[in-house]
Amino acid sequence: MNIAVCVKEVPSATSAKRIDPSTNRLDRSGDSELNPFDVHGLEEAIKLREAGHDVGEIVALCMGREQAQRPLQKALALGADRAVLVTDEALAGSDITGTAYALAQALEKQNTDLVILGQQAADADCYVMAAAVADHMRRPLVTQVAELSLEGSTLRAKRQTEHGYDVIEAPLPAVISVSDAINTPRLPSIKAIMGAKKKPTDVVSAADAGIDSSLVGAAGAKSVVASVSPPPAKDSGQRIEDSGGDSATAIVQFLSERGVI
Amino acid sequence: MADTIVFVDHYEGSFNPNSLGVLARASQGGEVTAFVAGSGIDDGWAAGLGAYGASRVLVADDPALGSLPQPLVDALEPHARDATAVLFGAGVVSADVAAGLAARLGAGINCETTDFTIGDGGVTAVRPALGDTIMVESTFASSPALILSRANAFPADPVGSGTAQVERVQPTVQDWSTAASLVGQEQASRGGVDITEADVLVAFGRGIGGPENIPVIQELASALGGEIAATRAVVDAGWTDYSMQVGQTGKTVSPKLYVACGISGAIQHKVGMANSGVIVAINKDVNAPIFEFADLGVVGDALTVVPKLTEALKSR
Repeated sequence: MNIAVCVKEVPSATSAKRIDPSTNRLDRSGDSELNPFDVHGLEEAIKLREAGHDVGEIVALCMGREQAQRPLQKALALGADRAVLVTDEALAGSDITGTAYALAQALEKQNTDLVILGQQAADADCYVMAAAVADHMRRPLVTQVAELSLEGSTLRAKRQTEHGYDVIEAPLPAVISVSDAINTPRLPSIKAIMGAKKKPTDVVSAADAGIDSSLVGAAGAKSVVASVSPPPAKDSGQRIEDSGGDSATAIVQFLSERGVI
Repeated sequence: MADTIVFVDHYEGSFNPNSLGVLARASQGGEVTAFVAGSGIDDGWAAGLGAYGASRVLVADDPALGSLPQPLVDALEPHARDATAVLFGAGVVSADVAAGLAARLGAGINCETTDFTIGDGGVTAVRPALGDTIMVESTFASSPALILSRANAFPADPVGSGTAQVERVQPTVQDWSTAASLVGQEQASRGGVDITEADVLVAFGRGIGGPENIPVIQELASALGGEIAATRAVVDAGWTDYSMQVGQTGKTVSPKLYVACGISGAIQHKVGMANSGVIVAINKDVNAPIFEFADLGVVGDALTVVPKLTEALKSR
């Protein structure tokens, strides 16, 4: 069984996020990192291998800019066997619809039985990519998986709904997205970080991946950003720095002033 | 006929309030068709969507249609194809169906939508983005325009007393769409404390370290005369019961005081508690999004601050 984990390069949690007014796209000039939600997908793939399932290959697949090679190195250090970076000027500015199509086309070139995505990207806060990819690939889907097991070529997944939990079985090949509660990702060892440098990364163009350029990028986008504006004004809250619990008195005073105690 | 369609999610005879909210909101702009899919649907029940603004209800009734999304995409797709806009309220199933439909039709989709217009000039959708620091307005280059709302973005209030005309449609479900099967369900426990009724909630997330520290949170809740609540992450991780969960797939709460301990404040959590009276956040990560909407942000380790706070409250 081969597993593909889709990963995304996102601005790092500490970098200031803004929209570039000249393009209406996210300014990606600051520090970036591997989307933290995708790390849970990689961890789950590795756990399946460690659980004794016959996992032939774990490939980390990313659509992004050239610079995404750096976060892809982290994916390799975390345990992916190889990486694929689909990068092309034609892909820049793709919307959800174009991205899902492009990922599905790139994934079809990989011989994968299980495709894993994180539940959302930290920069876009949507949680729709797995379902769109599954529809393109005509594969069964389970999103927001909180527990995963495999028996032969059938996966069993537990996922939260508004009413409790659903337990869903699906035959492979399948597409899933994982909840960030599914596991606690390990930190890569120094040895793994060094070893990652020897693992292969294929850098492929849109055409190499079988992507029709007219369906992707800013030109192919069906959802178009028209304008960006500040949110409705809100009173900014107070902030206090705690040291060893010394904020307790100030918190009590605040609660008292607000009349809630 | 160019039309606006609202996909209405439902469970055990109750319509999803997020679907109803979107339906009611959409009906303010013109005629709206509701789409309901499932097995054994009662026409009279479906017609009740008229009270939320539907002028017509399409009912796709087939044993293959349940709570898994992929057959629902099959059922919706032929009707969505010619629509101007297809709208979805927030929800686990609705999000999967919306995304599947976007792929199937190559249609544009806006997620986390908090406002929209559907008119002669086209469809526009507004969403907060980048941790709700900006509002992004989008248009659509093709139709249908797909819109997936943010949880609790639109109130599920009746807008009339009318009943809608019901029209039955026969879905065609594909083999691969039915390959996944629902083999079990764990219901949220129905007994115990109802956190939506509490005046004070002390909520915890993974930042409190582990389930062994829940008593520390409980003590603060008791000192404040409130109840404890939790994030999806710790419920999914099995630390506590689903009935304690606040957020998109959990409860929507608006207590007078909400104390968030070790909670980052992801959108999925925020939509369930942002209307609380006073929000106090205790988190050691200075970049945690919750500080953007807390009335009082305490940058510190919840496990250090909470016991001291409990002590200070008790000694008053």
